[in-house]
Amino acid sequence: MNLVEAHNIWKSYGDTIVLEHVNFSMKDGEFCTLVGPSGCGKTTFLRMLLGIEVPSKGKLLFEGKDYPQEPSDERGIVFQRYSTLSHLNVIDNVIIGMEFEQSQLFGKLFGKAKKRVYEKAEEILCAVGLQDAKYQYPHELSGGMKQRLSIAQSLIKQPKLLLLDEPFGALDPGISIDMHELLLDIHAKLNFGVVMVTHDISEAFKLGTRVLVFDKVKTDKEYPNRFGSTIVNDIDSSKGRKNEK
Amino acid sequence: MKRLINQAPSKMTNMFLGLLPFLLILVVYMGSSNARLAENPNDKLLPSIEKCIGSMSKMAFEKSKRSGDYILLNDTLSSLRRLAMGVCISALFALVIGIAIGVVPYLTSTLSPLIWFFSLIPTMAILPILFIVFGLGELSKVVLIILGVAPIMTREIYQRVKEIPSEQIIKVQTLGANTWQIITRVMIPQIFPRLIDAIRITLGTAWIFLISAEAIAATEGLGYRIFLVRRYLAMDVILPYVIWITFLAFLIDFILKQFNQRLFPWFGKE
Repeated sequence: MNLVEAHNIWKSYGDTIVLEHVNFSMKDGEFCTLVGPSGCGKTTFLRMLLGIEVPSKGKLLFEGKDYPQEPSDERGIVFQRYSTLSHLNVIDNVIIGMEFEQSQLFGKLFGKAKKRVYEKAEEILCAVGLQDAKYQYPHELSGGMKQRLSIAQSLIKQPKLLLLDEPFGALDPGISIDMHELLLDIHAKLNFGVVMVTHDISEAFKLGTRVLVFDKVKTDKEYPNRFGSTIVNDIDSSKGRKNEK
Repeated sequence: MKRLINQAPSKMTNMFLGLLPFLLILVVYMGSSNARLAENPNDKLLPSIEKCIGSMSKMAFEKSKRSGDYILLNDTLSSLRRLAMGVCISALFALVIGIAIGVVPYLTSTLSPLIWFFSLIPTMAILPILFIVFGLGELSKVVLIILGVAPIMTREIYQRVKEIPSEQIIKVQTLGANTWQIITRVMIPQIFPRLIDAIRITLGTAWIFLISAEAIAATEGLGYRIFLVRRYLAMDVILPYVIWITFLAFLIDFILKQFNQRLFPWFGKE
């Protein structure tokens, strides 16, 4: 069964058509990167996968069922910024996902239960390289560390699909390369689906098993909003990725 | 020569320049006061500083012959009690309603026009209604502060809730939070230091309503006292009282600011 399926999706805001004729499907474990010129609707598509935008036309399926209409813990997200909770330290940021699940009323765990989730969180913090920053607050972390934390927050929920919206766009090049290593490593171990929006083509080919190129097929000079973008190219980049490793 | 906007005073100069206007006011006051007193030793308008200190220490350290209380202490305590009750109830209201209408769109639709309407009412205009409904006792003074301050505070909190990045709210939903958990684990802790700031902003307004209500109907309180002695043109009491009220306002603001900095080191940083 496909993790995500999109059948002839359109998205328009008033007269402006953003996406048209988008057909797409992906399986567990695939790492799809979305590239294309700015304003081509790749982020809109990601927002649909997140559940905060609905297609105007067409059918979008998650695991063969109608797509959820709001975000849920099956699909994690890492934004470029503001993904961490500023009032909690690193480890509390990570366990909060478990606290929501295990304590419906307060969303907070105490005593033994808390100790158990702390143990799990420490494993994840080691995996993302934040074991030494456990008790720091997000404002004390560098940009790269914040993104590691945001990934760790999502990982504790073991999402089926991880969505990344230009997660390394604001980082220094050297830091981005470390983050690529981390992401490839985690993806190889856990094998969940990933959809990542990026504007960096080399990043797209380095990380993705598939690179999807969004662009307009037709343009109208007088009415630039008349036509939307679609997936113009679907490139299998899994071979290049393995060779590089 | 550097541009004026690029010239900054040194630390010492900075302090001196800050004190300078105060010193000037003091000098001008003392000069005019002396001149008037030389002409008429019984002049009440600009009493000498010694006279102010004398009257104030009578208020502060001598028991009143009539009631046996320390007047200044009594006035301060009853005013602060009213202020604290009014502001705390307003803050609680603002926290609950501000977050509710900031988070739940159905409540926004229902309540935000009402809050907006109430925040536009000139509160002093409904003081007569309060006196009629709640009588001349403590209740109507506290209610006046609440009516004057709570709608502004609520709007302020609502704005601050809206400023929390939507990414954060989406993120916690992908971590499995329901609406109630978002409120208790994300909204309230993030809004709390902003509520303290909202209190700091609205305290000035709260003082206005407190003094006004006390001026019209009270038997003790800082506002009551200055309006009472106004009848005798007792500037030697009014001036120190105004300075004392200003000092109290400064002190409360300072404490709240420290409270925020100590308890929420993450606040205001990204």
